[in-house]
Amino acid sequence: MGAVDHAPRPSSPGEQRAPAPAPPELRPANVSHLYVHLPFCAHRCGYCDFVTVVGRAEEHDRYVDALLAELELERELLARPLETLYLGGGTPTLTRTGALLRLLASLPPAAEVTVEANPETVTSPLARALRDGGVTRVSLGAQSFRPDLLATLGRRAGAADVRRAVYALRDASFDNISLDLLYGIPGQSAADLDADLAQALALEPEHLSCYELEAKPGTRFTHRHGAELGAQAEALEGYFEHVVSRLTAAGYRWYETANFCRAPSVAGGRDLRARHNLAYWRGRDYVGLGIGAVSTVGTRRWRNRPSLRAYVGALLRGARPAREFEELPGPVRERERVLLGLRLDEPLALAGLERAFDAAGLARAERLGLVEHRPGTVALTRRGRFVGGAVTADVVA
Amino acid sequence: MDQDRIRNFSIIAHIDHGKSTLADRILELTGTVSGREMREQLLDSMELERERGITIKAQAVRVPWKGYELNLIDTPGHVDFTYEVSRSLQACEGALLVIDAAQGIEAQTLANAYLAIENDLEIVPVVNKIDLPQADPDGTAAEVAELIGDTADHVLRISAKTGQGVAEVLDTIVERIPAPAGDAHAPARALVFDSSYDQYRGVVAFVRVVDGSFRAREAVRAMAQGTRFEAEEVGFFSPTMRAAEVLETGEVGYVVTGLKDVSRLRVGDTLTSERAPAGEPLPGYKDVKPMVFAGLFPTDSDDYPELRDALEKLKLNDAALFYEPETSQALGFGFRCGFLGLLHMEIVRERLEREFDLDLLVTAPNVAYRVTTPTGEVVEVHNPAEMPPEREAVDEPYIRASVIVPKEYVGSVMELCNDRRGRFDHLEYLSEERVLLVYELPLAEIVLDFYDQLKSRTRGYASFDYDLVGFRPSELARVDILVGGEPVDALSLIVHRDAAHARGKALVERLREEIPRQYFDVAIQAAVGSRVIARETVKAKRKDVLAKCYGGDVTRKRKLLERQKAGRRRMKQVGAVEVPQEAFLAVLNLGDGKR
Repeated sequence: MGAVDHAPRPSSPGEQRAPAPAPPELRPANVSHLYVHLPFCAHRCGYCDFVTVVGRAEEHDRYVDALLAELELERELLARPLETLYLGGGTPTLTRTGALLRLLASLPPAAEVTVEANPETVTSPLARALRDGGVTRVSLGAQSFRPDLLATLGRRAGAADVRRAVYALRDASFDNISLDLLYGIPGQSAADLDADLAQALALEPEHLSCYELEAKPGTRFTHRHGAELGAQAEALEGYFEHVVSRLTAAGYRWYETANFCRAPSVAGGRDLRARHNLAYWRGRDYVGLGIGAVSTVGTRRWRNRPSLRAYVGALLRGARPAREFEELPGPVRERERVLLGLRLDEPLALAGLERAFDAAGLARAERLGLVEHRPGTVALTRRGRFVGGAVTADVVA
Repeated sequence: MDQDRIRNFSIIAHIDHGKSTLADRILELTGTVSGREMREQLLDSMELERERGITIKAQAVRVPWKGYELNLIDTPGHVDFTYEVSRSLQACEGALLVIDAAQGIEAQTLANAYLAIENDLEIVPVVNKIDLPQADPDGTAAEVAELIGDTADHVLRISAKTGQGVAEVLDTIVERIPAPAGDAHAPARALVFDSSYDQYRGVVAFVRVVDGSFRAREAVRAMAQGTRFEAEEVGFFSPTMRAAEVLETGEVGYVVTGLKDVSRLRVGDTLTSERAPAGEPLPGYKDVKPMVFAGLFPTDSDDYPELRDALEKLKLNDAALFYEPETSQALGFGFRCGFLGLLHMEIVRERLEREFDLDLLVTAPNVAYRVTTPTGEVVEVHNPAEMPPEREAVDEPYIRASVIVPKEYVGSVMELCNDRRGRFDHLEYLSEERVLLVYELPLAEIVLDFYDQLKSRTRGYASFDYDLVGFRPSELARVDILVGGEPVDALSLIVHRDAAHARGKALVERLREEIPRQYFDVAIQAAVGSRVIARETVKAKRKDVLAKCYGGDVTRKRKLLERQKAGRRRMKQVGAVEVPQEAFLAVLNLGDGKR
């Protein structure tokens, strides 16, 4: 995020920024996607670079108050009803249950309401409370079923916790559960990966997100395992292909680079793609509440500063929290549309995106069988999707 | 000045043996320059020369000594400028042979001393730096005496630094070096032994008047090239330019020609008077031909016009520099440049980078080849990519290399010379410790890394010099490098048949490391004609995605994409393969010591 800050500087330490008035073009109430960040975690996982806060149970209620205050300040941007609401973290389900339920009750209704959860936090009562609170979809951070690999990752939940959580959710009549899996964990063999996939499939989740573990600079994990990850890079090449072929063979649709859902043919005709994330990939506007949360509305993007204390302090005084702003001129937003849209299996409509494409690069990618260019649309071929990052760099202007 | 009161001499010395210090001391002692005006090493005027301790361009300074007029003619110290040295020596009747009392004779000194002897010069041997604690004046004197066939007591012992013995040097010059011969009444003839270029006055020729005399505003002709001009001014340096009415028989001085291009008046030519021209030019003129060639490309292709302008300017000052436009599909627009030798190449490159602030890619140097085509035509090839596929014969330039080393290194030097297709000529002991080895070698083997190898195998003790001895037939092969089946012009090379495999293999291995993985397997091949002699494969990448991308990451991911895209734009296309410029740089560029 560019550190472009249009808000006035605080004139003395401790004083918060004055609220930045919403620009006139942002006024219309048309944003249908709301993200709410719940940063609390029991501990920080070594590989994580999200904005998280460990402990501080006493802060949860005040933070929820602040979220609701921020919602009030931005409410005029939001459509009613929302299409999607997404509570991400952190570990949203680690938030004190009362506070979490109060939040859910106060947020505007939405057709899809997703909550991220760590398996060890999902109990039957919580599952029922979430369901009663209007949650329609739960995304569980399973990551792996192998105890040694979970230990490497520093995760507290084991395979049994994942199964227990899924059963609890099913018992609470959740019919849209997503599992997150990680591959490329140091020490993970191809057979380990296959076993993880098999165990995940056995739980019959509606949706799966499979990420290659990234050694993000500056994390404890990279410090400890970076060299090992580099050494297994060559072997990892095959893992991605394996994940895709295993899951598609099991009846899942590879609808986004790292995301799979049960195909309508095996899901009673339901479209089980994550609607909230689909909005990102389709370049829709969204509003994010909470520390570190990003909003993109029209030609403007902003990100709340990550300090919990400053965030809560400002909002409880009725001020907007400190933010970094970024202007998104047309060509930039269009390039982003290409970058995001080509992650999907659905063709990207070219209308309005003509100048975001590099004609020579597109022709070359097409010649190499990486891109399918039909009148009015562009999509990556199956082969192109495995190297989609590079192909995007080739075809974008 | 009376012709028999003139003495023309030069100083022959190895780098750092004290030539410039001795010249400074002479200027000081004769009152030509006062101590206060004294700029150390006055004769070396260019910044680069001063730094490298090399004198590129000769100049002549006139000094008075006890009623005599002494002309000190400075000579370039390096083998690349042998022809210029020989012209400078031809302008003299004698030479001071200066040897460092601690270092002894070096190969360059030897070559130039032989050149002086061949030119019938009176040699005045001088052992310098006798004040140094590690000096061995007697041993060095014996070595020098042996070399020139003189007696050790004839060898002067001095310290140019302290001034000890310098007056005796001047006396000895007067005593031993003969006055110039030449007919004052014959039609005027003057040898051009050097020239330089002045922005305002054009070409300034340094001349030695052999017969007759030259006056200002006289119509003059250069006999070999036929160039005509009016002498705008004549004069001499003492130490700065001083105009004179006339330059007389036996004198050394300058002629301001007003010519705007150094190539119109070449070193070695004979000036004569247009009014009463001489019938015959002085002997020995030859057109100097570059022997070492390399492609010079701007690292940033936008700098091409700057490179062209810079070469034009350098050429004004450096008649031996040759250049012509060259287009490479891998490297874009640049120039194929010809140089007298490796040092000349290095000097040109450094001047381009330093004085003109250019960032250059220099391709591996190659020599000039003479190719006989099937039709019997002989063509000279300066670029491996232009080597005709059909050829009857190829001749390559050979040199005669003199290497002087302490005796314990003789074996490893011989091994190096043999590896480099050398033919042993002879070996002689200069002293009990030091040996002179003479080999004939292909010049192509020298331009690669011979000098570095020699230095490392002898712990820096070897000194080395060479003369061109002509072209000889060779079993040469042109090795082409193909990336994805497409030849990369800039990477073609010409090597001896026996070395083709090893060199080709090394190149493709290096390239494999440098070429990033593509969407398909890329074959990197070395081929001689249609025969592939080495092959490597850059395996296709199977996966290249950003694992996660959600609402909070878009800016960062977009910036990453923009950086990737900028990298793509810098790629060079070789057929369907995208190769970063850095890959060519890594394989081609000199000076990184990896060669």
